[in-house]
Amino acid sequence: MGGTVSANHDRANLLEVRGLTKIFGTLTACDHIDLNIAKGEIHALLGENGAGKSTLVKMLFGSLEPNSGEIFWDGKPVKITSPGVAKKLGIGMVFQHFSLFEALTAAENIALSLNDGSPISTIAAKARALSFSYGLPLDPDSLVGDLSVGERQRIEIIRCLLQTPQLIILDEPTSVLTPQEADKLFETLERLRSEGKSILYISHRLEEVKRICDRATVLRHGKVVGHCNPREETAASLARMMVGSEVKAVVRAPAEGIETAPALLEIRGLSRKPATPFAIPLKNINLTVRAGEVIGIAGVAGNGQGEFFESVSGEVLQQDAGSVRIRGKDAGAISITGRRLMGAAFVPEERLGHGAAPRMKLSENLLLSRHATDGKAFVGSGGMVKNGSVYSAAQRIITAMDVRKSAPDPEAAALSGGNLQKFIVGRELDRKPSVMIVNQPTWGVDAGAAAHIRQALIELARSGSAVLVISQDLDELFELSDAIAVMHNGELSKPLPIAEATFEKIGLLMGGAEPGHAEHGMEVA
Amino acid sequence: MDITVNILLTIATAATPLLIAAIGELVVERSGVLNLGVEGMMIMGAVGGFGAGYLTGSPWIGLLAAIIVGALFSLLFAVMTLSLATNQVATGLSLTLLGLGLSGMIGTSFVGQPGVRLPNLEIPGLSSIPVVGKLIFGQDPVFYISIALTAAVMWFLFKTRTGLTLRSIGDSHTSAHALGIKVIRYRYLAVMFGGACAGLAGGHLSLVYTPQWVENMSAGRGWIALALVVFASWRPWRVLAGAYIFGAVWIGQLHAQAFGIPVPSQFLSSLPYLATIVVLVLISRNKRLTMMNTPASLGQPFVPDR
Repeated sequence: MGGTVSANHDRANLLEVRGLTKIFGTLTACDHIDLNIAKGEIHALLGENGAGKSTLVKMLFGSLEPNSGEIFWDGKPVKITSPGVAKKLGIGMVFQHFSLFEALTAAENIALSLNDGSPISTIAAKARALSFSYGLPLDPDSLVGDLSVGERQRIEIIRCLLQTPQLIILDEPTSVLTPQEADKLFETLERLRSEGKSILYISHRLEEVKRICDRATVLRHGKVVGHCNPREETAASLARMMVGSEVKAVVRAPAEGIETAPALLEIRGLSRKPATPFAIPLKNINLTVRAGEVIGIAGVAGNGQGEFFESVSGEVLQQDAGSVRIRGKDAGAISITGRRLMGAAFVPEERLGHGAAPRMKLSENLLLSRHATDGKAFVGSGGMVKNGSVYSAAQRIITAMDVRKSAPDPEAAALSGGNLQKFIVGRELDRKPSVMIVNQPTWGVDAGAAAHIRQALIELARSGSAVLVISQDLDELFELSDAIAVMHNGELSKPLPIAEATFEKIGLLMGGAEPGHAEHGMEVA
Repeated sequence: MDITVNILLTIATAATPLLIAAIGELVVERSGVLNLGVEGMMIMGAVGGFGAGYLTGSPWIGLLAAIIVGALFSLLFAVMTLSLATNQVATGLSLTLLGLGLSGMIGTSFVGQPGVRLPNLEIPGLSSIPVVGKLIFGQDPVFYISIALTAAVMWFLFKTRTGLTLRSIGDSHTSAHALGIKVIRYRYLAVMFGGACAGLAGGHLSLVYTPQWVENMSAGRGWIALALVVFASWRPWRVLAGAYIFGAVWIGQLHAQAFGIPVPSQFLSSLPYLATIVVLVLISRNKRLTMMNTPASLGQPFVPDR
């Protein structure tokens, strides 16, 4: 291992960044960024979506080339021209969107990032030993495609540690973990810090940052807007620094008379065989969402939420028509358009390519999803599209959801993730659907936009619709839901009323620890 | 007895060009590139091999020329799809069309000329052992190359670090790039290896199989090789099995037609295709194994953002 570690934290800078700038076309993603990371500290990088965090990190790891600016490593100027150079310097990275190969084993994945020629079996043994010493047990011979997201992240971390880096960059590492897994990760990070390693920690979860980070650098619109000690700040003051203005708290009016309200969405004994070898089978899922309520479905990614959404939205039809009922009618064998005509609306997880066609304009995307339900308004006689009314409806949604864009009717791909998500959610809300099903409503969306989307969903429910939200973000579910159910390994727990739900209880269910499923398994449709 | 040996020998000769071209394409596809230009590279190899052999009088120089022509022709595809990120399907199809046309033009003066033939291996003593002597020690040199090539590719892909890297690129080029693997460089080399193999397969056609130049003499073998790779779910030994099943049924149905079996000849001619598909589909039943071996990024252009 390189550089010596002084016990008294002399705060020598391991990495120093001066005036780093990256321009994409007309957008300055990073504008003269200064950043210092000391030896043996956990440094937080905070900022909204599109603030330039990922761009900055990619430049530090050599996957993007800065337009100008300097980087100093251990006091010496360096040019990081490729990830290989970054690795040689001692920079390791754990990616937000995992950079693992699904068809290969854990050991093969690790071997690929190590440049030594040692045989796979040696690497597997090393990985196993290291993973146990950090309390992140790992089976090197398992196939990545078979592993849960939490386990995949372990591979990423172990792979990074085997390169013995001095600086470890973690991009949103806890967004896919259960609270218990996150605790384990924090222990690991604290141990690494005590070994003198530096960590650059990117997260939008402010409570975490307050808990483990020593210093924070805050970015907004590509510029550094402040440095602080997160321990001395509150979550609200950190959010203010990130957003530049006060973030409105989501208000959830108490739901009344839910028990007697009509059930608008009913799932009865929904089962599904895995469609692909890496997919999760659904096992006898039962759930009722009544008019006026928001039900949240928590769970670690890859536990069947995607399969569940496909079945409920009608992307995959069910054999048993009664397994999905919308407004009291069997819908299991009805197509997605048919279900929309019954009053349901759906927002899938993937924004680009699923929720919206990337190369089509917003107005065209609006027409694609609503040509049937709004046939009268959007399509005239002889099947001709009424471009004018589609355009004005798109503008109405853009205004209602405060979608920020560069052109009057831009292509979907030209919008930032958060703004596109606001448009997609707004497109469905605009119809005032009586059943709304959303998968990951605010994944990768900044705090301001997320609050806006959440508030809109609650208001839809309170106006008499049934809202079902699938999310991995527990904070979000606690903010939104009247009751939370947990999906684990294709099974859905009984919904826990929000008054009884705690992070701990939900976390245990997410880990599959508690057999909460048995009680509702007997329910008869 | 002699007839059986002769049939077995012709099966090997029919299977060899398919095997070589398919093994080359397998490496290309394992790196995540779909080159539909196999037919074009093969015919270019055939005309190049014939021409060089005819002009120099040496079949060995012809074979070498076939390999080089195939590799150079695939370089055109590589520059287009890898450096300029064009659509792989369209580029591959045009490579085939270009190859067929260009080879016809180059080969006008070769039509009807006597070619040179690569001699069969003759090991005094061994080759004259009854039955096995001819089969094991008396075939044409390209046959031995094809078997060695299959074994070498198997070893390379599954036992070496470079092979692992190549497979990882085929699985996810973005992940590979993030790890600092030189995706484009690997793909260039893979495509050129595939081109060299297709060229060699073409050389086998014009220097061993039928030592002469006939326009369109590859006769769709490039397409069969492409299909073999997919139906063999990107596994070398299955490609070998597929090529030999195809060769066996092909030769078998020719003999059946010669004997005048009262079955429509069109049906017999379609048998090799049917049999190969059925057998390979049957051995690829294991979905999980197929998923594991399918290059997930196949056919997607890769543009690293800088």
